[in-house]
Amino acid sequence: MPKVIYGGQSYECGDQSVLDCLTAQGINIPSACHSGICQTCMIQAVSGNIPQRAQAGLKDTLAAQKYFLPCVCHPEEDIEVALYGKGQLKFQAQVTCIEFLNADILGIRIKPARPFEYKAGQFISLFKDEATARCYSLASVPELDDELFINVRKVPNGQMTGWIFDTVRTGDTVTISGASGDCFYVPGKPEQNILLIGTGSGLAPLYGIIRDAIRNGHTGCISLYHGSLNTAGFYLVDALRELAREHPNFKYVPCVSEGNASQDYATGMVAEVALQNNPVLSGWRVYLCGNPDMVKSAQQKTFLAGASLREIFADPF
Amino acid sequence: MSLYAEIGGEAAVNAAVDIFYGKVLKDDRIKHFFDGVDMSKQAAKQKAFLTVAFGGPNNYSGEDMRKGHAHLVAKGLNDTHFDAVMDNLGATLTELNVPGHLIAQAAAIAESTRKDVLGK
Repeated sequence: MPKVIYGGQSYECGDQSVLDCLTAQGINIPSACHSGICQTCMIQAVSGNIPQRAQAGLKDTLAAQKYFLPCVCHPEEDIEVALYGKGQLKFQAQVTCIEFLNADILGIRIKPARPFEYKAGQFISLFKDEATARCYSLASVPELDDELFINVRKVPNGQMTGWIFDTVRTGDTVTISGASGDCFYVPGKPEQNILLIGTGSGLAPLYGIIRDAIRNGHTGCISLYHGSLNTAGFYLVDALRELAREHPNFKYVPCVSEGNASQDYATGMVAEVALQNNPVLSGWRVYLCGNPDMVKSAQQKTFLAGASLREIFADPF
Repeated sequence: MSLYAEIGGEAAVNAAVDIFYGKVLKDDRIKHFFDGVDMSKQAAKQKAFLTVAFGGPNNYSGEDMRKGHAHLVAKGLNDTHFDAVMDNLGATLTELNVPGHLIAQAAAIAESTRKDVLGK
């Protein structure tokens, strides 16, 4: 009989669902419909194969991370599960490079001491100490980059960024969490058009996602709209322009929200410019990262422009 | 054959969810209830609602419905808003060419949750 392994203990599953099996052991998992629909009880598999039925209806990015619905999961083999995801693991890592990407944003490259699984666009926590950590999105692509690459924007009087900007130096060892988040590229449907909208350091996950899509041979149009108050806020501009020259299906539109700028830039609120240029998004995949107000309003606007709920990926921060 | 099977099961729910939620977000009577909500979580909730209305598998109790909507009732959720959701449900099914007698059955199921949703 298959067993369910959780927290170092293994439990006979019998004919029960994984949810009933764990709940019977006093493990508290919030649940509602018990029919595989509401997704309240979703947990993650660490090892073992999950029957397809237990992932029906999940977003592709969640299924790819082996999230599943235990209420409709009757395993055919032993499975190990985690309630809060692999993001809880901790890793030691060495800082290998720190450089200013613009006046406010640092690009930091970090090499974990042991093998580190992630997808471009997911995020990690960086720990200042046991009690202080912040999440940073990964701009690197595992198959293209030897190191993790994060973009840190200086927050005025910020405890965390004060430490990063003033204290952390190349060669230092830092503690990071495993990667989590469901804003990343999933291979398949290479002809699908992709719209990416980001503000500020919200460019970081998008930069990773774009390069991952291109690496996977994506042939549909990939349009990036990066918003900033003024031209001083842009970064990775040369790298993005180079990418656009090499790959005609990739379009880079930096967008200035205050005042005028030269003809190299679009002017206006970034999400509005993106939607003016692409008013019909039926069948598109959409990624939204950065300012939470922009992300929330763009989620609704891109949906109402025709993008399916399952095809909109968002990471507000 | 059950209503759920006749309407088309999970495939019908998947086809209906984007159309239905789009109508809800464009409806001036109720769209303000959705300001600032997490749309990815909303998608699962909308699917759950449609599954219930289509007579699909679920274990929702009246108590779940009450708890789930109490914060909205506190913000003024009332019969007018419930009527708006019923209109959008009917319009969605019509758009999907679901036969009238099945729409009536789905509407009756949705209608049966009114008291619980509105905390009456």
